[in-house]
Amino acid sequence: MAEDKKKKVIVPIGPYHPLLEEPEFFALYCDGEKVVDVDWQAGYNHRAIEKLSEAKHWDQVTFLVERICGICSTSHPFAYCNAVEDLLGASVPERARYIRCIIGELERIHSHLLWVGLAGHFLGYNTVFMWAWKYREPVLDMFEIITGNRNHYAMFKIGGVRRNIEEEDMPALRRVLKGLKVQLEMLTHAVLDDPVLGARLKGVGVLTKEHIKNFGAVGPVARASGIGGDIRKDDPYAAYPMLDFKVITAEHGDVFDKAVVRLLEMFESIKIIEQSLDAIEGKGGDIQTEIRDIPPGEGIGRHEAPRGECFHYIKSDGTNRPVRHKIRAPSYTNIPTFKASCIGQMIPDVAIILAGVDPCYCCTERVAVYDAGNKKKQMYDFSRLVEMSRQKTEKIKKEI
Amino acid sequence: MSLKIKALKKSLWVYHMSGGSCNNCDIEILACLDPRFDIERFGMTLVGSPRHADVLLCTGIINKKCVERVKEVYAQTAKPCVVVAIGACSCSGGIFRDGYQMGGPLDKLIPVDIYIPGCPPKPEAMIAGIVKLLEKLK
Ligand code: SF4
Repeated sequence: MAEDKKKKVIVPIGPYHPLLEEPEFFALYCDGEKVVDVDWQAGYNHRAIEKLSEAKHWDQVTFLVERICGICSTSHPFAYCNAVEDLLGASVPERARYIRCIIGELERIHSHLLWVGLAGHFLGYNTVFMWAWKYREPVLDMFEIITGNRNHYAMFKIGGVRRNIEEEDMPALRRVLKGLKVQLEMLTHAVLDDPVLGARLKGVGVLTKEHIKNFGAVGPVARASGIGGDIRKDDPYAAYPMLDFKVITAEHGDVFDKAVVRLLEMFESIKIIEQSLDAIEGKGGDIQTEIRDIPPGEGIGRHEAPRGECFHYIKSDGTNRPVRHKIRAPSYTNIPTFKASCIGQMIPDVAIILAGVDPCYCCTERVAVYDAGNKKKQMYDFSRLVEMSRQKTEKIKKEI
Repeated sequence: MSLKIKALKKSLWVYHMSGGSCNNCDIEILACLDPRFDIERFGMTLVGSPRHADVLLCTGIINKKCVERVKEVYAQTAKPCVVVAIGACSCSGGIFRDGYQMGGPLDKLIPVDIYIPGCPPKPEAMIAGIVKLLEKLK
């Protein structure tokens, strides 16, 4: 295999990226335009979080895990609090459970909108990018109303939430939500009914059920291939058992279906938020339980983050800090699916396939094409990859 | 004011790079481009290569694996180039200060012109920072 690889053209992607998210490194082994193998190298974003967590107080860890990822900045505290509460056997007041769900679902909407925008950007549909990011702003406004910050909300606390949703904020929240629904419907139709996007994305980067099972992929990636795993249904926590929502799945597992799943999931999230607001409006009640000591023991917490299952394990020896804190984020299992989805595809499609999984993909900064055979080295940067992707879209546009 | 600075001030091209951040600063930088904040109307835009950049935005703690790469990117930029440290992470290390992977903060590695603190700084704060930067360049 090593011999084989030497003959191929290697396209390294990364570790730096012009747009956002973590630096990561991919090497594409190409035969002409066709990708025959992919390698992944991580570590550019390692920040020693598990180790740092062992040196912090239980309450401080909530803020530390929040800073694992800026897009899922609620998922990690959610899973962490679930883990500690699992250890304690503590129960959370009902109002706090609903508030947790509201924050979690708002985050799902903002994360999916962000994805839609970037996917549009990579395909050369900058209008989609601008739309999606424009509609994302009201969601961030809601966060600002509820928590006081656009990102990194610091809402979670072991045993409850740190801030209440005030009654006088409710009308404003509902108004934003209502406006958002109309805008999202427009965006969803615009994206899903577009013949060019259909032609560009259908059948690209297909992941079958087998692939999903073999790689253990989770979240929208798995649901797009017809595997309906969702922690909110499978292992209900917070207020999810009391709420009525559907798990969206699709059939084909290509990038288009991943977009469908994400777009439709946003409407389910709006449903959940509306139900939660109904449930807490005018009821009052506690938002936290007092928790003093954490006894020795182990706990497991899970949360369905926008990208899939987020898993936290903690171990306590009775002191005021965890002795072990293990974190597994969903992208960790989703990223290796590139091995299946990229192989056999063309280089112009790679940008969108990498994006389709919604990992930390913009890692795709500097791309150099090495031709080991004739010692020729050609530098591609990420903009070149995006450019190729856009040219292909243009071509399809003309054909249709 | 030298000619170079005068030219630099006209329309700032920005190269953004993350050295082990949590993405949030990076997303807020992108949010500056969305229709609400729209800094492109001031002629600022993100570029894909450090060689085109007038401004280098740096986020994250710059972990040990990134240290060499950050220096490399700075070396590649055309001078004069303004370096902006965005977020608590690149200003001081923030919550990750004591970690074993801490390679920064940024000003230990390359000269930094302005610091925009916050975790993450709001797009308004970033725009205010850039305005101050333009004042400073005058
Ligand atoms: S300063 Fe805060 S928001 Fe910015 S990268 Fe660091 S942890 Fe994330």
